[in-house]
Amino acid sequence: MFKLGHFSGGVHPKSNKNTHFYPTRRLDDFPVVRIPMSMHIGPPCTCIVKPGDHVLVGQVIGEADTPMAVPIHSSVSGTVKSTQREVASNGRSMTVVTIESDGQHTMHPDIRPPVVENRDDFIRALRESGLVGLGGAGFPTHMKMKPPPGKEPDVLVINAAECEPYITADFRQCAEHPDEIIDGIMKVMHYMDIPLAQVGIEKNKPLAADVLEYELVKLNLSSNLQPNIKIQRLPTRYPQGAEKMLIYALTGRKVPTGGLPHDAHVLVLNVSTVRFISKYLKTGIPLIRKRVTLDGSAIQVPCNVNVPIGAPIPDVVEAAGGLHPGTKDGKVKVIMGGSMMGVALDRLEATIIKHNNAILVFGEKEADIPDETQCIRCSRCVTSCPMHLMPTMLDNMARNKDIDGLNHYHVMDCIECGSCTYVCPAKRFLVQSIRNGKSYVRQAMAKEGTKK
Amino acid sequence: MILQVSSSPHIRDRSSTPRLMLDVVIALIPALIASIYMFGYRAALVTAVTVGSAVLFEYISRKVMKRYNSISDYSAVVTGLLLAFNLSPTIPLYIPVIGSFIAIVIVKQMFGGIGQNFVNPALAARVILTLSYPSAMTRWAILASRAKDAGAAAVNGAAGGADLISAATPLYLLQDSGGQVTSDMPTYLHMFIGFKGGCLGEVPILALLIGIVYLVIRKTIALWTPLAFVGTVGLLTFLGGQDPLYHMLSGGLVLGAFFMATDYVTVPLTRSGRVIFGIGCGLITSLIRLFGGMTEGVSFAILFMNLLTPHIERLTTPVPFGGRAHEKQ
Repeated sequence: MFKLGHFSGGVHPKSNKNTHFYPTRRLDDFPVVRIPMSMHIGPPCTCIVKPGDHVLVGQVIGEADTPMAVPIHSSVSGTVKSTQREVASNGRSMTVVTIESDGQHTMHPDIRPPVVENRDDFIRALRESGLVGLGGAGFPTHMKMKPPPGKEPDVLVINAAECEPYITADFRQCAEHPDEIIDGIMKVMHYMDIPLAQVGIEKNKPLAADVLEYELVKLNLSSNLQPNIKIQRLPTRYPQGAEKMLIYALTGRKVPTGGLPHDAHVLVLNVSTVRFISKYLKTGIPLIRKRVTLDGSAIQVPCNVNVPIGAPIPDVVEAAGGLHPGTKDGKVKVIMGGSMMGVALDRLEATIIKHNNAILVFGEKEADIPDETQCIRCSRCVTSCPMHLMPTMLDNMARNKDIDGLNHYHVMDCIECGSCTYVCPAKRFLVQSIRNGKSYVRQAMAKEGTKK
Repeated sequence: MILQVSSSPHIRDRSSTPRLMLDVVIALIPALIASIYMFGYRAALVTAVTVGSAVLFEYISRKVMKRYNSISDYSAVVTGLLLAFNLSPTIPLYIPVIGSFIAIVIVKQMFGGIGQNFVNPALAARVILTLSYPSAMTRWAILASRAKDAGAAAVNGAAGGADLISAATPLYLLQDSGGQVTSDMPTYLHMFIGFKGGCLGEVPILALLIGIVYLVIRKTIALWTPLAFVGTVGLLTFLGGQDPLYHMLSGGLVLGAFFMATDYVTVPLTRSGRVIFGIGCGLITSLIRLFGGMTEGVSFAILFMNLLTPHIERLTTPVPFGGRAHEKQ
């Protein structure tokens, strides 16, 4: 039905999937969790608890009052210690609720499976579950389910590519919960009325593809169901899991620049997102836990952990085995997310948030920042750009604040995948510079807006 | 514990500018050895003087301009080697020094150093030297002991250094004979191995090919430009009624196409731009060889196309994934 596409460009970083074969460890005993009131794209939630309140697991503590926002739930039972405004790791200032756990993990009595009969119920349930895209961007999932008229999806693309080095959280999801993944896909297909689902998995994770296919066979034998779900093995090439590249690989469609997947009549969900949907419809437990990969040269025991949202990152690292003794006095880099697109933390107070999928701690050698030298125009950034941009040109223009040039060379189309910077022999910080360029363009646009 | 922060990505591959330059140096070594075999110690001397002065000028100019010292990126070594490869073994030794000065100080450093020069430094120096010292730059010679291999007409009488005797280049002979390959000209095999008159690095095609294979395996160069270049020369000389293979093996074509027209700095960034660049070089080379007064046109062709690089680049700017090209304004 579809001609599978191969995006041009991309890079082949060492995959470093060291945590592939270790079952996820569930970690529960965190004395304190700190939950920020914004873990999604869109306005922050309003905090509805105050210090001294007793909260239970799954209780709403942040109310979503705008259509884009999703509610935030307590991930432990215990007492609210404080609700302070803080600057979070993404640089935004927001209220952070600190809850002292009583260690009981008492579930809120109102938690029960949602009653879902039609699409509206389904979308409402997803919103109430606090679900955001678990792949990394944090886009509220219920918003994806409401495409503008005429842009209804006819393909469901499931992102299990996991092209980022180190991260294996989605792979473990496939290996440990294939039944719930398939069930979640079928639920979304049913309520959203989508005839076909394509699951994209990179070829270096054959086991993930195998277990999902086996699950489909089992389903056929046990209940004679044959959902139209195709498991596709894709070439291992970063950024295969980038939304636009994945859609192209699985459907041959290109999302127009500046557009969203629904412009190509596609709905994209991460594999962990669909698994959560399945589990939520069965149990009614909102999004309060997250599977994250812990890895990097400074981590003693690389592994996947399943932790409550809001667990402080140093505590998570410590509970999972801690850092190598030698690294404690030296320089380290703590990265929230993957090695290609993650954010390096400038403070350790950060906590696990909804769309967090990895914590990497790099030791001295990997943490070192290379010296930037002059561009030699080798064109490697140009050939590696999956969006077909000219990073070195953009770099130059961003440094000169050349707004017209930045626009002419399509700076806003950059997906910040990092391929150009990864291959640059002059070790230039191309992505950083392009991000600056984007903000110059946004500033100029805002200025233009106020003039008119 | 000190927290290091930087913008993503947090991993880099192992390539680096010095490593790329070193690859080019390594790729040129077989040709250097072959030319020392062909031309004797003069070849080694000319190369040593050119490379040495190039590195020295790089060091001094960076110092004078108060910029960081850049000789450790090996780019001056590459420029020096390429310039030496463009010189005759009989050249008086002050000329390579002047050439290095032109290449490094004027063409490269005055425009901002590595990555900023708008034409290939070694080629610009070669062209300026050819125009300034026409006789010294075109007095070709070959080692007497190798002369018997080089074909009768290629060698006429003694000249130059002690055991170097002058030899006309095959292209000169070709022009002399009205474009026909005659029996007293070097054979294909001689041309391929390098028994012929010419510059240090133009001559040993076989040794250059070894270096080219190395560069391709290391992915230091892509073959888009050189193949378009050599292919165009082959096609046009064939259409011009001359022997295309002879043209492809003679003059500076292989050296120029694979080592000069692949110079990162002065060719377009886009792949289609590089193909256009190669075709343009081939066109100009063929026109000069077929109709021009000069026997060789590779260096002029590349220099001319270097100047067109920004324009080619603008015309071949890729359309973003999922996007549309700019409308004409």
